[in-house]
Amino acid sequence: MTELPKTTARKLGLVIDLDTCVGCHACVVSCKGWNTENYGAPLSDQDAYGEAPSGTFLNRVHSYEVQPAEGTAKLIHFPKSCLHCEDAPCVTVCPTGASYKRTEDGIVLVNEQDCIGCGLCAWACPYGARELDAAEGVMKKCTLCVDRIYNENLPEIDREPACVRTCPAGARHFGDFADPDSKVSRLTADRGGMDLMPELGTKPVNKYLPPRPRDAAQDIDILAPYLAPVAEESKGFVAWLDKALSAIPGGSN
Amino acid sequence: MTHRQPHLDTSPKVSDEVRKTTCYMCACRCGINVHMKAGKVAYIEGNRDHPVNKGVLCAKGSAGIMQVNAPSRLRAPLKRVGPRGSGQFEEISWDEAYDIAESWLRPIRETAPEKLAFFTGRDQSQSFTSLWAQSFGTPNYAAHGGFCSVNMATAGIYTMGGAFWEFGQPDWDHTKLFILFGVAEDHDSNPIKMGIGKVKGRGDKVIGVNPIRTGYNAVADDWYGITPGTDGLLILSLIHCLMKAGKIDLDYLAQFTNAPCLVNEDPASPQQGLLLRDEEGNPMVIDRRSGKPARWDGDGVEPDLTATLRQKGVTHRPVLHHMADRYLSDDYAPEAVAEATGIPAARIRQLAAEIAKTAFDAPVVLDREWTDFRGKTHKSMVGRPVSFHAMRGISAHSNGFQTCRALHTLQILIGAVETPGGMRFKPPYPKPATAHPKPHCKVTPGAPLNGPHLGFVHGPEDLCLKDDGTPARIDKAFSWENPMSAHGLMHMVISNAHAGDPYRIDTLFMYMANMSWNSSMNTSGTMKMLTDVDDNGDYLIPHIIYSDAYSSEMVAYADLILPDTTYLERHDCISLLDRPICEADAVADAIRWPVIEPDRNVKGFQSALCDLGARLGLPGFVNEDGSQKYADYADYITNHIRRPGIGPLAGWRMGDKGTQHGRGDPNAAQIDSYIANGGFWVEHVPEGAAYYKPFNRAYQNWAVQMGFYDSPQPYIFQLYAEPLRRFQLAAEGEGRIQPPDHLRDRIIATMDPLPIWYAPIEDSHIDTGEFPVHALTQRPMAMYHSWGSQNAWLRQIHGMNPLYVPTKIWRETGFKPGDWARVSSTHGEIVVPVVEMAALNDNTVWTWNAIGKRKGAWALKGNTPEATKGFLLNHLIHELLPAKEDGMRWANSDPITGQAAWFDLRVKIEKAAKPGATQPHHPEIGSPVPAAPANLTWKVGE
Amino acid sequence: MHPAPSVILFTTFSGLGFGLLFWLGIGMPGPTGWVAFTFFAIAYLMAVGGLLASTFHLGHPERAIKAFSQWKTSWLSREAWVSVAALLVMVVYGAGLVFWGQATVPLGLIGAALSLLTVATTSMIYTQLKTVPRWNHWSTPALFLSLSLGGGALLAGQVRFALPLLSVAATVQIIAWMTGDGRFRGRGTDIGTATGLGTLGRVKAFEPPHTGTNYLLREFVHVVGRRHSMKLRLLSLLLGYGLPILLLMLPFSHIYAGLAVVAHVAGILASRWLFFAEAEHVVGLYYGRQ
Ligand SMILES: Nc1nc2c(c(=O)[nH]1)N[C@H]1C(S)=C(S)[C@@H](COP(=O)(O)OP(=O)(O)OC[C@H]3O[C@@H](n4cnc5c(=O)[nH]c(N)nc54)[C@H](O)[C@@H]3O)O[C@H]1N2
Ligand SMILES: Nc1nc2c(c(=O)[nH]1)N[C@H]1C(S)=C(S)[C@@H](COP(=O)(O)OP(=O)(O)OC[C@H]3O[C@@H](n4cnc5c(=O)[nH]c(N)nc54)[C@H](O)[C@@H]3O)O[C@H]1N2
Ligand code: SF4
Ligand code: SF4
Ligand code: SF4
Ligand code: SF4
Ligand code: SF4
Ligand SMILES: [Mo]
Repeated sequence: MTELPKTTARKLGLVIDLDTCVGCHACVVSCKGWNTENYGAPLSDQDAYGEAPSGTFLNRVHSYEVQPAEGTAKLIHFPKSCLHCEDAPCVTVCPTGASYKRTEDGIVLVNEQDCIGCGLCAWACPYGARELDAAEGVMKKCTLCVDRIYNENLPEIDREPACVRTCPAGARHFGDFADPDSKVSRLTADRGGMDLMPELGTKPVNKYLPPRPRDAAQDIDILAPYLAPVAEESKGFVAWLDKALSAIPGGSN
Repeated sequence: MTHRQPHLDTSPKVSDEVRKTTCYMCACRCGINVHMKAGKVAYIEGNRDHPVNKGVLCAKGSAGIMQVNAPSRLRAPLKRVGPRGSGQFEEISWDEAYDIAESWLRPIRETAPEKLAFFTGRDQSQSFTSLWAQSFGTPNYAAHGGFCSVNMATAGIYTMGGAFWEFGQPDWDHTKLFILFGVAEDHDSNPIKMGIGKVKGRGDKVIGVNPIRTGYNAVADDWYGITPGTDGLLILSLIHCLMKAGKIDLDYLAQFTNAPCLVNEDPASPQQGLLLRDEEGNPMVIDRRSGKPARWDGDGVEPDLTATLRQKGVTHRPVLHHMADRYLSDDYAPEAVAEATGIPAARIRQLAAEIAKTAFDAPVVLDREWTDFRGKTHKSMVGRPVSFHAMRGISAHSNGFQTCRALHTLQILIGAVETPGGMRFKPPYPKPATAHPKPHCKVTPGAPLNGPHLGFVHGPEDLCLKDDGTPARIDKAFSWENPMSAHGLMHMVISNAHAGDPYRIDTLFMYMANMSWNSSMNTSGTMKMLTDVDDNGDYLIPHIIYSDAYSSEMVAYADLILPDTTYLERHDCISLLDRPICEADAVADAIRWPVIEPDRNVKGFQSALCDLGARLGLPGFVNEDGSQKYADYADYITNHIRRPGIGPLAGWRMGDKGTQHGRGDPNAAQIDSYIANGGFWVEHVPEGAAYYKPFNRAYQNWAVQMGFYDSPQPYIFQLYAEPLRRFQLAAEGEGRIQPPDHLRDRIIATMDPLPIWYAPIEDSHIDTGEFPVHALTQRPMAMYHSWGSQNAWLRQIHGMNPLYVPTKIWRETGFKPGDWARVSSTHGEIVVPVVEMAALNDNTVWTWNAIGKRKGAWALKGNTPEATKGFLLNHLIHELLPAKEDGMRWANSDPITGQAAWFDLRVKIEKAAKPGATQPHHPEIGSPVPAAPANLTWKVGE
Repeated sequence: MHPAPSVILFTTFSGLGFGLLFWLGIGMPGPTGWVAFTFFAIAYLMAVGGLLASTFHLGHPERAIKAFSQWKTSWLSREAWVSVAALLVMVVYGAGLVFWGQATVPLGLIGAALSLLTVATTSMIYTQLKTVPRWNHWSTPALFLSLSLGGGALLAGQVRFALPLLSVAATVQIIAWMTGDGRFRGRGTDIGTATGLGTLGRVKAFEPPHTGTNYLLREFVHVVGRRHSMKLRLLSLLLGYGLPILLLMLPFSHIYAGLAVVAHVAGILASRWLFFAEAEHVVGLYYGRQ
């Protein structure tokens, strides 16, 4: 049923750190690889070696330039996959019940056997998190690696999403937002984790950590003493050297 | 109950088996877990135990499955049947291929081995391929380092016995300020990302110095959008500020560098500018205890940084005095360099102050006792938690060697090399230039070369010159044009061979380098050189043998193709004899092994070289009875002995009491042990040996035990680089071996023993008013040079490359989204799509490197975006600079090392009508492989 | 949004078809025998044809039956139920007229109501989407309903009703366009809220995640030139409303009526094309569109 569960026991999701993401696309490709081989139909590619290659991906990395009112422009890499919204419009619009949000952990999934490929859920999703696979005709989306996170065939340490496991910069974190002490909850609290398009009322579970302030015009006055000259020219420098050295008890450390 | 949900199997079987090997999609060489289903590769992930990547994997690595299954894979040896460049081939047997190769190579080996030029690309088996070339007897061997980052490597090794480039890394766990110069991606791809993640995770600071703010620079807390080619100035200005403020680590400088070494100041002396040495040639310092000269490494010596010495009427002053003379000069004041660097003086000061503050206010103190080479015991390890990293952004300029030296000097001045929080070497480094071989070039027909080709020169007598003083090597490495070209000059080989300068060759044998495309400057010209004929209609370069695994642009230009396997189908060894995969805290090496068997008639290139070497009877490749010595590369890896006890792999060697690591005899089961251990071997550096490695007795002893060298090799850092001074002295007229006159001034000007800055050389050969804009390329993180495009997943991410134009130029030119531009240099022009970018130096344009493809290559179909909207900047870059008044055409390289100066390029940019495709457009080449499938629905398990 | 022919045909023809069924259901006209058969055939061809067309864009049309399961939350599911109910009721009602010459009035009224409800549910599929502000507005059901009623009246030969209803529809259409043009901006959703980076400065899409295209771009990001759109709007006003109204005001002739229907259908097809093509989905923001 596409009614949303009133609450879910856990709220699993990702924290994505926009301060640290270097835009390497590692998460994109590991996601493609894992999900091609695992949950549901493979993620197909059309015209793979031709003029207009186009395939299904569940996670994609955008980049944006931000021009502040003053100062230099910043560039921010922006990975985006399903946010596993609490109020997921993609679920309620689904006519077949293929789309659903799991009661136990809040993961939003598509049951591919039931999907008629009408595309309506993708229309309803504000985030572009769903893609209809052109070969299979079913809706694909991030599964939060539901076939990894509980998978007893994987070593316990590997029971995390493929994209999180692979992220070289450590910009992706996985966990339970229902637990206020979880790493993801703490990161969200400490770093001001934010929702995307909160005005649409989807209540995304995934949170984005905003980039820390960059290029802060440091107060050179505070730093100035560090450059107070001991000498203007080399003679003075040598004199200072002599003094400074006699203060060092012959290679002290 | 309104909410029903389907039952889900959350524990599906992941794979039948995991095979652990090493990634090959770049030179980072991460460990991978290859999940196998039904005997096929199903999924690739990072190996958590691996010292390099610790489980993470980049986009290219994760896309390995699409590489291994790419339709562009070559299928069998190929013999050219159409004209060169047509791409018309016939598949032949390996026997026939070997026959052909032998018929070309045997005669030249017996008469003039130098007529073989054997050059390899970015492979990781150079200790093997060089051995082959050495046995063949040609002096003409090198790999890609000359056009890649030899400035970085040599500047590092000459200055401090190790470089950023693969041999060093920041102390990620302790650094508090990480400053990155000119890096988009680097070889250490995953470790750098992990490191940046660590630093930022702690809330410590990352600063990027780069004209372009993408990738690492985008996450940097501070960005310095420097004007290309001026980093040297910026760094020397930082040195100026720090010295002036006394924010340098005197204790460290006195003990561990040649700052206290005494420089001869007598203008009349043939020794002027050289260091004072004792009879045995040991540099001398003044010992603070006695006030007397003493050997730099004497027991208990406390070198004095200030004392001068007058001896036999000659004044000797310590290096540090010379540095003060130079760098305290107002020429290096922030105000003096602000305009050239494009960085306001206040920001330069701010950077200097931040370095000073972090280095001296917040030292890292590790409670670890250690003893230095003078026998002095230190109670703790004290470090300056400022670390730097740099790569081609400073290295791929014609002033790159000196700029890299400047950066190392800065690091050393603040005591941030091999100390906690600073930069650390990865074993088997550090290793000073003096511990490396010198280059060899003595040719004897029918016999091996007299020694290894590449090495480190220390003065004119080490150059590779013929008796008449002309270059002995086809690439003119180790000649007066670029005396310290430790990696050769692969980018000059085709051009020189075509010109017959210094001589003609017969066979060009190349491996894994796309020389008719992205790895050459002047791409169109290179294609022409490869197809040019003499008056008889014979090709100017008579024979070309090439080994590639895929249908690259270069394949079309070869006469004989030796098809390689993909990386999951062969044995490889990532050896300590080569470019190591070690981390600062560990020594490690690794293998690849055939996790799948090739389904085509292809063979690992190294195995083919074993066969070919045996056929040619090369010493080292045949047994005494003339039979083939190594059945294949695996056999070589296991059984080859380089020095007693030392072979290609250091793990699981045979000792008296069973297997042991480091030294030992060959072990028939060695490769199996590697496989069982996840494809690699690692041994951790003992705690007390982890820092101060060049000076640390514990480290030196451990290094000997591991077999890096046969006796301890402590040394001090060379702020003052004497080898440079020796070349300068020769250019001043001193000594027997003299440079040609036209090179004297340039040698004197550039080969300064203390770091200097001079403008990129192209600037003085062109009208910078006409070509005001700097043009750069960057590595995309999700693409590897030209080979990513055959990967169905990666090419969707980067299928074309626009030219990014800074807002200022964008507005001045009146560009609109969707516009195209004509970009011209003195050498050529291209017409390409443009996109605006704000976070970019005002006078710089750039694009992603090597996305543009030749139509017909890589089994890509028709008008692919790579061919119609992608482009190479290389068309604008010439391997030679425009002629000056004297008519001479200098190589577009660093005059010291021969490093290709890719990033010196200057262009102008104008609006252009949108053409049908990017210009220049080369005709489609024939494909030696069948057409690719249209769609992919990949699921191995079914 | 991608103006897919299947959805354009579906919404246009099923709207007309159910509109005609509505009029037939309330007995205006109340034909019997062959005439009734013809009217019903036309209505069913349009309604069912439209529904069938809509299945063309399904990835798995053979599973369409599953779409009936989620009437509690899904407008699409509700549409499925209501449309089938409407068609079933009206088939019984129609059979009465065709074979027995009998109008079962309550059945007709129920059928008419269901027919209108069908159009309403269809319109709600679009209206409900907060992701497409242009649609997410009362004018969408108002337009669908008035058009269906007006077009149905036209087909049903109810000139008296067709004239005012088409005028109403035209007015709603104009309102929809005029208010629709600014609605996206009015909602306050922009690249700044989409990325959360708006507080830091002016946000501009730099590099897309892929240089090629993908499902999202094909489906959601369609840019219509302003001039092109103005032309089409005029054309669809003229053909869809103006010309039919004019023709209806002329003395009745089958030719004029036929022409009016043809013009109307053509005009509505054009406006439906615009309905989709001009609808901006918020996901375009991530690609720097809007
Ligand atoms: N993904 C991926 N990884 C790769 C490769 C690849 O193709 N793809 N190639 C591998 C190879 S062979 C190499 S050599 C390494 C190279 O790795 P990098 O050294 O990162 O090389 P580039 O990508 O060329 O980046 C050069 C950087 O220097 C900057 N730059 C250019 N000129 C200047 C300057 O004057 N000053 C400063 N401060 N910056 C400047 C450019 O903007 C750019 O960011 O990468 C290796 N790793
Ligand atoms: N404009 C500009 N040009 C540049 C640079 C730049 O920054 N700017 N960078 C330069 C640098 S640093 C470098 S290193 C070069 C790199 O340029 P290249 O060395 O040309 O790099 P690739 O394109 O990777 O080409 C290597 C070839 O190896 C083949 N290959 C791949 N795998 C295998 C294998 O397993 N076996 C064999 N036998 N062959 C294989 C590929 O198919 C390809 O043809 O480009 C240089 N060119
Ligand atoms: S992000 Fe989109 S697909 Fe995911 S739950 Fe939210 S609305 Fe649904
Ligand atoms: S495409 Fe599939 S999952 Fe999405 S709404 Fe339609 S039936 Fe449901
Ligand atoms: S959680 Fe799994 S499915 Fe979702 S983006 Fe990450 S890798 Fe892809
Ligand atoms: S893998 Fe990590 S750093 Fe790379 S793009 Fe994804 S989130 Fe960003
Ligand atoms: S950085 Fe990427 S491509 Fe390079 S070796 Fe590691 S995983 Fe492979
Ligand atoms: Mo390179």
